[in-house]
Amino acid sequence: MSAHVAHPTDVPRVDGAPDQPGTRGMMTRLGWRSTRLPDVKLLMWVFLASDCMMFGALIGTYLAYHNRSLVPPFPIDVFDIPLTTVSSFVLLMSSFLMVLALHSLRIDDIPKFRLWTFGVALFGSIFLGFQVYEFVHFVNAGLSIHHNLFGTTFFVLTGTHGIHVAVGVLWLLGFLIQSYVRPTSSKDAVYLEIAGLYWHFVDIVWIVIFTVVYLVEFV
Amino acid sequence: MATTTHADHRVASQLLRRPTWTKGLGSWLTTVDHKRLGILYILTSFTFMGAASIEAFIMRLQLMRPGQQLVSPDTFNQLFTMHGVTMVFLAIMPLAIGFANYFVPLQIGARDLAFPRLNSFGYWVYAMGGLMIYTSFFLGGAPDIGWTGYAPNTSLSANPGLGVDFYAFGLFISGIGTTITALNLIVTIVNLRAPGMTFMRMPVFPWMILIMSFMIIFAFPPLTIAFLQVIIDRTFGSLFYVPAAGALPILWQHLFWIFGHPEVYIIILPAFGLISEMIPTFARKPLFGYPVMILASILIAFMGFAVWTHHMFTTGLGPVVNTAFSLTSFIIGIPTGVKIFNWLGTLWGGNIRFTTSLMYCLAFIVTFTLGGVTGIMVAMPPFDGQAHDTYFVVAHFHYVMGGGALLTFLGAVYYWFPKMTGKMLNEAVGKWAFAFVAVGFHMIFFPQHVAGLLGMPRRIQTYPAGIGLEIWNFMSTFGTFIMAVGLILVFGSVIYGLRKGRPAGNDPWDARTLEWATSSPPPYYNFDYQPVVNSIDAFWAEKYPESLHVERIDRSEGKKYEGSHGIHVPGQSWYPILASTAIIVGSYGLMYDNWVLAIICGFFFIFTIFGWAFEGVGGHHVHPELEGETA
Repeated sequence: MSAHVAHPTDVPRVDGAPDQPGTRGMMTRLGWRSTRLPDVKLLMWVFLASDCMMFGALIGTYLAYHNRSLVPPFPIDVFDIPLTTVSSFVLLMSSFLMVLALHSLRIDDIPKFRLWTFGVALFGSIFLGFQVYEFVHFVNAGLSIHHNLFGTTFFVLTGTHGIHVAVGVLWLLGFLIQSYVRPTSSKDAVYLEIAGLYWHFVDIVWIVIFTVVYLVEFV
Repeated sequence: MATTTHADHRVASQLLRRPTWTKGLGSWLTTVDHKRLGILYILTSFTFMGAASIEAFIMRLQLMRPGQQLVSPDTFNQLFTMHGVTMVFLAIMPLAIGFANYFVPLQIGARDLAFPRLNSFGYWVYAMGGLMIYTSFFLGGAPDIGWTGYAPNTSLSANPGLGVDFYAFGLFISGIGTTITALNLIVTIVNLRAPGMTFMRMPVFPWMILIMSFMIIFAFPPLTIAFLQVIIDRTFGSLFYVPAAGALPILWQHLFWIFGHPEVYIIILPAFGLISEMIPTFARKPLFGYPVMILASILIAFMGFAVWTHHMFTTGLGPVVNTAFSLTSFIIGIPTGVKIFNWLGTLWGGNIRFTTSLMYCLAFIVTFTLGGVTGIMVAMPPFDGQAHDTYFVVAHFHYVMGGGALLTFLGAVYYWFPKMTGKMLNEAVGKWAFAFVAVGFHMIFFPQHVAGLLGMPRRIQTYPAGIGLEIWNFMSTFGTFIMAVGLILVFGSVIYGLRKGRPAGNDPWDARTLEWATSSPPPYYNFDYQPVVNSIDAFWAEKYPESLHVERIDRSEGKKYEGSHGIHVPGQSWYPILASTAIIVGSYGLMYDNWVLAIICGFFFIFTIFGWAFEGVGGHHVHPELEGETA
C-alpha cells in the first residue's frame, strides 16, 4: 500500500472479485468502479469538454468584436508574429517534454521524470515570460483593457489562457516538489497523466488562439 | 460492525488535522457525506425559495389593485430581480442537485459521489455565493436589472451602485460551484454504478441527472464568461458592454441565452426523472417505454442548445434566423410530448394508489402540458412579437418552471421524506396542502395569460385602472394567499413529521429502486452489502423476481465484491469550506476595491488547494455484517 492514497481506481483491483457479465467494472480499494477508467481521468476529460465552451465563449467574443474598435492601435499595428511564433514554439515543445515526463514516471525513472517535469514547467514559464513581455509592449504602444475593444477582448482572452498556463506550471511544480517529499512511483502516473491532458489541452487552445487572433490578421 | 482506520492514509505533510466529528456543527461544516450535503442543499434551497416567495408575495400585493404604492418602483425592480435570480439559480436548480446528491448514489448502489470533498466544495460555494447576493439588500440595494441582466443596464454608467456587482460576482461564483458539482455527478454516474447496473438498467432519475449534468457543463461556461465580462467591465474598466466604444449589447443576450435555454431543461429534466420514479411506484407498473424516455431526454438535451434565439425574436435578427429557431423550438416539443405519453402509458391500467406524491405528479402532467402549449405559441415569431415581455410570457415560464419543477419537487419531498428521516408525513394533511397548492398555483398564473394578452407588460410596478386588468390581477393575488396556505401546511407537516411522524420502515411505498433496499435513514456507508444488479428496477427484482422474469440475487452475492477491505468511507475535510470562504471574502475585496484583502484571499485559496491535494482522500473502512450473520 503506497503512503499516498489519493483517488480511487489507480488502486489495484481486489483479488477474487468476480467480473459481472455485462459490465467491465472492477473492484478497487475505494469501492466498485463500473468502468476501468480512473475517476480522475474521467473528471479531467469532462472538465476539458466544459473548458472548451469557456474558451469558445471568449474566442466568440473576440471574433464578434473583431474590427469593431473605434480607435487604434489595431491588431495589425502591434502584433509581432516572429516573436509570438517563438513563444508558441516553446509552448509546443513543452508538450513534447510532458510526454517524456509521463513516460519516465511510468517506467519508474524518477531522475528523468524530475528533469522533464522541470522542463515542462520551465518552458511554460518561458511562454508566460514572453506573454508578460508582449503585454508590457502592447501597453506601451497604447493598447490597454480600457482603450478599445481589441484591447478588452485580446487581454481577457490571452490572459485567461495565460492563467491556465500558470495553473499548469504550479501544478507541475507541486508534483515535482512532492517527488522529493514522499515516494513517487509509476503508481502516481495517472495523476501526471491528467496534468498532461490539461497541459496538452491548454497547448491546443493556444494553437487556435495563435491562428485565429494572430495569423488571420495577416492573411 | 467493525471499523478500521487506515493510519497510512494520513500524510506527514498534512497541514490541518483531519476532522473526525460525527455530531455537532463541526461535523456538518466538514462533512463529505453525500446524504448530509444533500440535506444541506435541500434545506438551503428551500430557504432561498422562501425568500423568493416572500418577494413574489410583496410584488403580488403591490399589483393587487391598480395605482397602488405599497413599494416604490425602485424596490419593485429589486424584488423581481431577486425573485428571478433566487428561484432559478439558488432555489430550483440546487434543489434538483440536492435530491441528486442524496439519491443518485443510493439509486446506483454507490457509497458516495466520486469526489466527496469536491461535492462539499460545490455546496459551500453555492450557499455562500447565494448568501453573498442577499447581503446586497443591506449593503446599498439589491440588483435591479431583472434576472437576465441585459447589457448595457449592467454597465457602471447606467448602474453605479453595488447591486450589479453582487449579481455578477454571486452568480459567477455559484455558477462555478454548480459546474463542479455537475462534473462530479457525471463521473459518479458513469463510474460508480453497482456491479451489473448497465446504463440501460439504471433508474430514470440518475439518467436525467446525468443528462442534466452534461447540459450544465456545456451551458454554464458561456454564462460564467458573460458574468466575468461584466465583472471586468465594472471592476477594471474594460469595454465589453460599452456601446460608446463600439460594443454590441446583444452579445450579452446571446451568451446569456446560450446558457439560458439549456437552463430551462437543466431545471426540468430532474423533475422528469422524479416523476418517472414516482409514477411507476404508485401505478405499480414498470415505466412505460423506458428506452424511449431516455432517448427523448437525450434529444431534448441536444436540441436545448439549438433554440436559444427564440428568446430574442424581437431583437431584429431577421426572418431567416427567426424561422430557423422557431422550427427547432417546435421540434423540441416532440420528445417532450413523447414523455407525457410515457407517463400516461405507465398510469394506464396500473394498480394506482392516490398518494400525495402521485397527486403532485398528475398535477405536474397537466400543468406542464399547459406550459408546453403556451411554449409552442410563443415559439411562433409573429405571436411572440405580441406576447414578448408581457405577462403571457411570465405565465408561460411559471407554468413550466413553477408548475413543472416546483410541484414535482414537492411531490418528491412526500415520496422521499420517509427515506431521509425514517418518519412518514401525514397523508391527509398532505392532500389538503396539495389541493391548496394546486388550486392556488393555477389561480395565480392562469389569469396572467389573459392579463398578458390584454397587453400588461412584465416587470411593471403598477398599472392604471379602467383598462381591463383589475380582475385578472386581483385573481392572481388572491391565488397567492391560497397557495401560501398550502405551502405553510407542507412546512408544518414536515416539522410535525420530523418530530412525531410514524415510523416509515425501509420500504413504505413498495418501491422499485435501490434506495429503498437500505434502512431509513440510510447508514453513513449506505448499504450493508454491495448491491448487485441484474435487471432494471433492481429492488423490485429482489422482491418480486418472477414479475420481471429474472433470477433473484442474494444479498450475500455482494460479499464477493467487497474483498477483505470492507467498505471505504471518505474522510471529512476542512479544505472545501476554507477554499470557498477564501473565494467569497476575496470577492468582497474586489467589489470594494480592497486589493490587499483580495490578494490575501487569493494566496489563501492557493494554500487550501495545495492542502486539499496533499491531504488525500483518507477515510476508513467499515465491515458491516448482513442480517443473520454473526460478528
